[in-house]
Amino acid sequence: MKRLAPQLLTLAAVIVLISLVFPGFLSVEFSNGRLVGAPIDILKRGAPVALLAIGMTLVIATRGIDLSVGAVMAICGAVAAWAIVGGHGLGAALGLALGAGMLCGIWNGLLVAAFGIQPIVATLILMVAGRGVAQLVTQGTILTFSHEGLAFLGSGSLLGVPVPALIWIAAGAVTGLIVRQTALGLLIEAVGVNPRASTLAGLNTRVLLVAVYLIAGLFAAIAGLIVTADIRGADANNTGLWLELDAILAVVIGGNSLLGGRFSILGSLLGAMIIQSINTGILLAGYPSEFNLVIKAGLVVVILMLQSPRLAQVFALPRRAPLARPKEAGE
Amino acid sequence: MLTKTLIAGSTALTLTAGLAAAQTVGFSQIGSESGWRAAETTVTRQQAEERGIDLKFSDAQQKQENQIAALRSFIAQGVDAILVAPVVATGWDAVLEEAKEAEIPVVLLDRMVDSDKELYLTAVGSDLVEEGRVAGRWLVDEVAGAECRVVELQGTTGSSPAIDRKKGFEEGIAGADNIEIVRSQTGDFTRARGKEVMESFLQAENGGKDICALYAHNDDMAVGAIQAIKEAGLKPGTDIKVVSIDAVPDIFLAMAAGEANATVELTPNMAGPAFDALAAYWKDGTMPEKFIQTESKLYTQADDPQAVYEQRKDLGY
Repeated sequence: MKRLAPQLLTLAAVIVLISLVFPGFLSVEFSNGRLVGAPIDILKRGAPVALLAIGMTLVIATRGIDLSVGAVMAICGAVAAWAIVGGHGLGAALGLALGAGMLCGIWNGLLVAAFGIQPIVATLILMVAGRGVAQLVTQGTILTFSHEGLAFLGSGSLLGVPVPALIWIAAGAVTGLIVRQTALGLLIEAVGVNPRASTLAGLNTRVLLVAVYLIAGLFAAIAGLIVTADIRGADANNTGLWLELDAILAVVIGGNSLLGGRFSILGSLLGAMIIQSINTGILLAGYPSEFNLVIKAGLVVVILMLQSPRLAQVFALPRRAPLARPKEAGE
Repeated sequence: MLTKTLIAGSTALTLTAGLAAAQTVGFSQIGSESGWRAAETTVTRQQAEERGIDLKFSDAQQKQENQIAALRSFIAQGVDAILVAPVVATGWDAVLEEAKEAEIPVVLLDRMVDSDKELYLTAVGSDLVEEGRVAGRWLVDEVAGAECRVVELQGTTGSSPAIDRKKGFEEGIAGADNIEIVRSQTGDFTRARGKEVMESFLQAENGGKDICALYAHNDDMAVGAIQAIKEAGLKPGTDIKVVSIDAVPDIFLAMAAGEANATVELTPNMAGPAFDALAAYWKDGTMPEKFIQTESKLYTQADDPQAVYEQRKDLGY
């Protein structure tokens, strides 16, 4: 895991920084049958971005991008709430929501793979229109429901651990295993590096492209379900608003290149946790809300600068020099 | 483009114009961007119907050019008055002057314009600072001198409701040294953010045991926060008092369940006072005041929240 060292160090640094501002940040206790504490909040609140980041990593690995995932979250949340309110039951609600997510993914995938539209433009369509679709489903209101089964997905806990945290960890593990234990990961990287060469090598690039957008849509649906379940209502205007950007940021902080190719899902998940640690830390620190975005932006700039290869070269030179000298002296 | 809108607007209007009633009023609404605005449209229609006024409705879909086109077509049809909820504050001088020349009184609903006050009859609106003040005063009375540490969920940073409702609440609790705002963060007016930020407040304030009351700039954030309080094992409404603003239907459900304590109404009935002012003006030319402030009414658990919910749930919120 040497490759992930920068991400792990960054996460540790962010946690130390928050602990300085808010002592007791790392304390976790058990009360009311659930674990309570800031780290647990981060695992739980980071679920939507973590789930989006898994799908986004695969899409970005094919040199694509999916701007629509935030809107897809809103659509799927609205569909689930609509099904529950209509009395169709939990199974139908989950099935319809996941189906809607996959349908959105297939739409994006077809625009990219079959029609050759640039991914940023193809997914922009659904990013803009999707929220309108969600509003049509909820008819412009916040569609509230009281169904313990669905609410469990957002605010329940198993063995004290919040369900959203379990969901994203499981999703990450399963996806990671599938892409790394089979040739799928390699094929996705191949498409990202050179789609033409991949096609010539006998790879069905189009099917693979549709598949990665479908997976992104599926994870967006799960994220939308979690957010909707959490507040027990589908808020079409705000569910997943701007989260696609946080997901892209998580992928980048996770050390993945926007130019496609080699990817690390674990890195993106660490990126998502770094972002959520910053968000939660800002809330706990108690600064006036006018500073929220500035603090976040400042930290992100520092993190990305530290990861920049060029800066690493600059810092590496003086560090290498003193290391070399004692060696010479020893000889 | 403009002519197209004009034609579309006027055909829509001729369609809605039924038998000539006693008075005809044109209403140019911004659109239906929020539940509150949808409720305002519904209530305006109800108010017109109650008074036997023939209301010509035009939805501008958030575009000023659509509103100006609608106003011009109202003028061309010679309506008896025009209601307009202006989408932006500037750029109204020309069309308002046309209305004045045609001697058609214009009433602004819920938002103001930057034009000369002589160009419109009156404006009906709420006072955002007063809403905050009412919430603050309620808390002062409720805790009756006891020590109270308050957490505040602000609206979107920099928006005028967030600034004014914060200012008003601080004025409301100004005299009471026993009340202190200990934490204040933005919840962006949404349920999800309200819940998330409340969780961090609970975390930072000894699991919520040090918090006596929550003040939220709108009901949606309060609804989210109530869930966070429940999940932390505390009783909202009892362990932590909850006061918010807007009076949307869902907060009345929470109040009926004893989970919220009070809400201050931002009334969607801006048309009622407007029609009253117009009636007096038509009768004997009485000029109303230039700004009619709607009441910032306080609702508590004592006001039969379940019944209020039933009244409001179909208004389109």
